Amino acid sequence: MTSSAAATSLSSHGSARPIVEMTAHELLALQERGELTAVAIAEAFLTAAQQLEVHLRSFLWLDAEEVLRQAQAVDLRRRSGQPLGPLAGIPVAIKDVLCTKGIRTTCASRILANFVPPYDAHVIERLKAADAILFGKTNMDEFAMGSSTENSAFQQTRNPWDLQRIPGGSSGGSAAAVAGCQAPVALGTDTGGSIRQPAALCGIVGLKPTYGRVSRYGLIAYASSLDQIGPMAHDVTDCALLLQVIAGHDPRDSTSAPLPVPDYRGRLNEPVRPLRIGVPREFFDKGLDAEVESLVQQALRQYEKLGAKLIEVSLPHAPYALAAYYIVAPAEASSNLARYDGMHYGHRTRHKADLIGTYAKSRGEGFGKEVQRRIMIGTYVLSSGYKDAYYRKALKVRRLIKQDFDQAFEQCDVIMGPTSPTPAFRIGEKINDPLAMYLSDVYTVSCNLAGLPGLSIPCGFTREGLPVGLQLLGPPFSEETLLRIARMYEAVTDWHTRRPKLPVPPSPVTS
Amino acid sequence: MTAAGALPYRLVVGLEVHVQLLTRTKLFCGCRNQFGLPPNSATCPVCLGLPGALPVMNQQAFRLALRAALALNCTIARHPHHTPGFTKWDRKNYYYPDLPKNYQISQYDLPFSHDGWLEINVAADPKKEYVPKRIGIIRVHLEEDAGKNLHDESGRGGDSLVDLNRAGTPLLEIVTHPHMNSPEEAMAFLEEIRLLLRETGVSDCEMQEGSLRCDANVNIHIPAADEPVGFVATPIVEIKNLNSIRAVGRALAYEGRRQFEEYQRQPQHYRLGKLLKTTAGWDDARGITVVQRHKEEAADYRYFPEPDLVPVVVPEQWLEEVRTEMGELPQHQRQRLVSQYGLSAYDAQVLTAKGRAMVAYFEEVTARIGDARLVANRMSDLIYPALAERKEEITTFPIRPAAFAEFLQQAPGNSQDRRDVFAIMLRDGVDVAEAKRRAGIKQWDEATLRDAVQQAMAANPKAVADFKKGKETAKMAIVGAVMKANKGAPNDLVRRLVDEALAQA
Repeated sequence: MTSSAAATSLSSHGSARPIVEMTAHELLALQERGELTAVAIAEAFLTAAQQLEVHLRSFLWLDAEEVLRQAQAVDLRRRSGQPLGPLAGIPVAIKDVLCTKGIRTTCASRILANFVPPYDAHVIERLKAADAILFGKTNMDEFAMGSSTENSAFQQTRNPWDLQRIPGGSSGGSAAAVAGCQAPVALGTDTGGSIRQPAALCGIVGLKPTYGRVSRYGLIAYASSLDQIGPMAHDVTDCALLLQVIAGHDPRDSTSAPLPVPDYRGRLNEPVRPLRIGVPREFFDKGLDAEVESLVQQALRQYEKLGAKLIEVSLPHAPYALAAYYIVAPAEASSNLARYDGMHYGHRTRHKADLIGTYAKSRGEGFGKEVQRRIMIGTYVLSSGYKDAYYRKALKVRRLIKQDFDQAFEQCDVIMGPTSPTPAFRIGEKINDPLAMYLSDVYTVSCNLAGLPGLSIPCGFTREGLPVGLQLLGPPFSEETLLRIARMYEAVTDWHTRRPKLPVPPSPVTS
Repeated sequence: MTAAGALPYRLVVGLEVHVQLLTRTKLFCGCRNQFGLPPNSATCPVCLGLPGALPVMNQQAFRLALRAALALNCTIARHPHHTPGFTKWDRKNYYYPDLPKNYQISQYDLPFSHDGWLEINVAADPKKEYVPKRIGIIRVHLEEDAGKNLHDESGRGGDSLVDLNRAGTPLLEIVTHPHMNSPEEAMAFLEEIRLLLRETGVSDCEMQEGSLRCDANVNIHIPAADEPVGFVATPIVEIKNLNSIRAVGRALAYEGRRQFEEYQRQPQHYRLGKLLKTTAGWDDARGITVVQRHKEEAADYRYFPEPDLVPVVVPEQWLEEVRTEMGELPQHQRQRLVSQYGLSAYDAQVLTAKGRAMVAYFEEVTARIGDARLVANRMSDLIYPALAERKEEITTFPIRPAAFAEFLQQAPGNSQDRRDVFAIMLRDGVDVAEAKRRAGIKQWDEATLRDAVQQAMAANPKAVADFKKGKETAKMAIVGAVMKANKGAPNDLVRRLVDEALAQA
């Protein structure tokens, strides 16, 4: 960032860098050495967030006083010598799909515009226990349905690398906030690519953990069998740091895995050797942007230089993943979103009507077009007479996709390919063509269908200066290895250190 | 049954029984499962269906459900890859304000148990004989209950209110085969299932409070020699809103008659297959069924596997534990009371129906005095009416088994005196000797009566001789003589002394 107003601090290399361009692990180290306070960090990010919000529109809610209060509490405890959690004083932006006690949680939907949860999501409890600073709620596609954050009922978030373009989605607010240096790290959720695709399009690192690695308690469901919460950050180390805090069994989520959580940072800098990288031919098919392909190929060659062996693998059912996804996810969504009916909470129509009429009007007014479209698709594919042809068939495809991965991982340690078939597209470019929009997820959905961990790291920029992401997929619960493999590449590249140049408005704008 | 035999048609009834489980908490959250709490006081994000809340299965509920299924002789579902039990959850999707998620977590194609049976007595006169009939159970599954809508019934168009205390409480659904052929059989089935589930601690089965609810599917078969199957079947009607076992009986009798009349009016049209299934409500005040809707409008529930819950794998050890916890089932208890104590089938049924605690009381008294039939008779003469009057359970009844046994041994022979003494024992909390004193009843000592028996035997040598030749009834002449000479002597004691004396004679 170029703002002259931005606070700076001496990094470990001794060069002055703005606080807001630093990573969480750098900020932690500076606090521990007494060179920086949590309040200073909070003030720097609040200033940046407020100044840039006019361009980025990442946040649906941000309360400066509340942020400062949390930061002061951390500093006080540090001064009095009390032990602090692993994310002490680190601002974490929260996708507005995660319930925060006493703070409005909207899913970027009119139907929940005034919903204030009476409880914290599991991950929010974990962040609080780790002394992180809850740094606002970020914009998203309504109910996490979308790939561009254009489906938010409230505002259009923009890509920090090109304000005319979308940040990806559905965790577009979180991605833009981190890439735009409004917050050092963020939480996103990923049902079909909603962490990895915006991470790729905004030039940051995003990790979707294995299904069951992170408790979904308090995550407002889109598609329960696919949803996972994960970290979004400038680099792999920050992802490891954040994952460490949020991962682990939670008895309130029956699908959360009762498995121990490894130390993700412990061996992060140890390369994985030997390393066999599976490259599925199905991920380099038509529809893949030539520049994206070339950057991904260069990244693969970089891994070869690091001693990895590239193995061509096949995921024969990958071409059916998108179709299966757009049946399974809407089917679950049609049921998950049935509760928003205007009866007990959320938007209720002002029009007088009978029971059915009240349901129809409340939901018609409260849900946006894409959400309505997916509810209709989901209702249709579960209806008697169609269930066998669609829903049951999609479940079969899902099993076959899982099998494909199981077989591929017998030959390789990790699968690599592009995260997204294209770099960030222009705002409005695909909004009236849902099928073109759905294709943004073509490489990311199979990971969710198979329940695997997936990670996107920056692997270069197009000639227009748009970031491109490399996707790494691993076997279930291989996050530790996946992060180490990603770190190998990151250690020899500098894409993750780049920050967009953003214009600063003449006077600070408060959000 | 005889009643059905007199009718020109055969009633065919299958029941769908819903039973609330006696768990401490709800099926998928930690809220209290209790009737009669202030509206919406037993709720949390999970049972309110708030965004982001997730269900977690209550193991106690599942184990109670297993207990019910095993008691109903059901097969516990197995999965080819999981050798013990295996079941999963499904979502049943429909919109209603008492269902906050607008889907119910239930079980669809893989209920945790199936194919069981329950035996009922279908004797024409159940006091005289026991004629067993097995009613087949198609499936037993577990699901969450809905809340309650409270409508303004003043007619002034006030708001409807919703109480979600019941939302998410565990509900067992038991579906029978259409194996019942009279209102009496259906009532007997409900009595038996209520007893079974109460005795095994699965449910309190209070129909008034809704912890036992029942829908009946009913049609009739009219004999017709020219039909390929030998009869004509009428369309099936599902009767809802049956709030008591008596109402079930009345509704079935009415509906059978109604369907027969309907059939007579249009014998070619009013047939199964020609008309769709209808749902009717029972209007208890008017004593009629009222058609509510035709099933063609019925919802498509769009069942699919509940992604928020993992399938349940039941270890063999659980099944063993549940079988142990279950205790003796009513059917086995009745058989044992007959074979071990020589009770009549009817007495065994009456005693079993009073519950396990009553049976334990009976067994303890009998262990002390030996005469099981006498104990059973005196219990029904004295204890059952006293409990009913005092609205008390046997477990807290002040006359404990030892005192009742002593009472039976020393009780006056005269039934009115016996009642008086029993009432004084109960009223004043005194033992039988003191009660007799307070009642002004002469105390009899054994030595005096033994002498009286010797005198009576000496005076009736023929009776003694007849008895020795094997004429059991001859004994009664001796007993009669003793009683005549000692008015008010305890009959039981005299009989015993006569028996002893005759044995030594």
